[in-house]
Amino acid sequence: MTDLAAFWSYLSEGPLLWLSLTLLAYVVGDACFRWSGRKPYVNSVLIAVAILAATLWLTGTAYATYFEGAQFVHFLLGPATVALALPLFDNLDRLRRAALPVIAALIAGSVTATASAVAIAAILGVGPVELASIAPKSATAPVAIGISERVGGAPTLTAVLVILTGIVGAVVATPLLNALRIRDWRARGLAVGIASHGIGTARAFQVNTTAGAFAGLGMALNAVATAFIAPIVLWLFS
Amino acid sequence: MPQALLVLLLCQLAGEAIARLIPAPLPGPVFGMLLMLGLFAASRRFVDFMRPLAEGILANLSLLFVPAGVGVVGHIATLGTQAATLIVAVVISTMLAIAAGAAVFVAVARMTGATDD
Repeated sequence: MTDLAAFWSYLSEGPLLWLSLTLLAYVVGDACFRWSGRKPYVNSVLIAVAILAATLWLTGTAYATYFEGAQFVHFLLGPATVALALPLFDNLDRLRRAALPVIAALIAGSVTATASAVAIAAILGVGPVELASIAPKSATAPVAIGISERVGGAPTLTAVLVILTGIVGAVVATPLLNALRIRDWRARGLAVGIASHGIGTARAFQVNTTAGAFAGLGMALNAVATAFIAPIVLWLFS
Repeated sequence: MPQALLVLLLCQLAGEAIARLIPAPLPGPVFGMLLMLGLFAASRRFVDFMRPLAEGILANLSLLFVPAGVGVVGHIATLGTQAATLIVAVVISTMLAIAAGAAVFVAVARMTGATDD
């Protein structure tokens, strides 16, 4: 028993255990997604996060300790963003032909994401710091946090809202767009990328490669658009 | 594979440098992506060289968000008393934004004849 306890304390302090558990939780989440017949509401990220959060809570492990191991996975977000150049390049001709609808959808999606979030929060009586924090939530995390700092938001709160937005977008996109009878993969992917950044883009890649490429484009374009739109929307609501 | 990984990291590194040099509101990896796009346009062989690694990473893009997602659970308390309100705003605005973006794309594509073949 003491051996086991010693082994646990050895493992729980190093990166090996938490890296393994991160991959295991994701494998379980992905298996659930496949078993469900690839249902959008059976989201592999959400399942993995729930498993890991419960594990940390049950074992009384601090997030910082967990992150020692998980950082190796987290680090790959940067290289993955660079790798998005491949689907963009593969679809360059189609993107060029769709330039006008892409720009129109970017403005519509980005303004709607920012203005409706701030408007709903303001009507429901949220304070100014929270309003500033929610305004850039559809942009990819590093950009959203940068914008939040500039417009007087709380960066940690923004980070939470950004991830929530991504998971919501990944879960609702398929049923919502089916209900609206929008079948164009370009439109579907782009809208998801604009509204719910990388997590939405990851979901789009699960469904269709064209949707994935357009989602990656939407995410990159909305990072720029939100930087301009969020301060204007906040100024209108202050 | 190590060569392709090295190129990917070097593009990101160059992107980070560019992000610090010019005052644009974009993170380093996005500049890295634009740089990579330029290299792809320059050489067909480079595209084939990078393809296995890039497709391997992108096929598992969801996995990469798991650590940040776990961090959010720990910070859900920072939402404070306004948690419910903020979650309602996030859910509704995200649905509206997806619907608006997709609908406007379809409408403008129809107007301009930018169909997909």
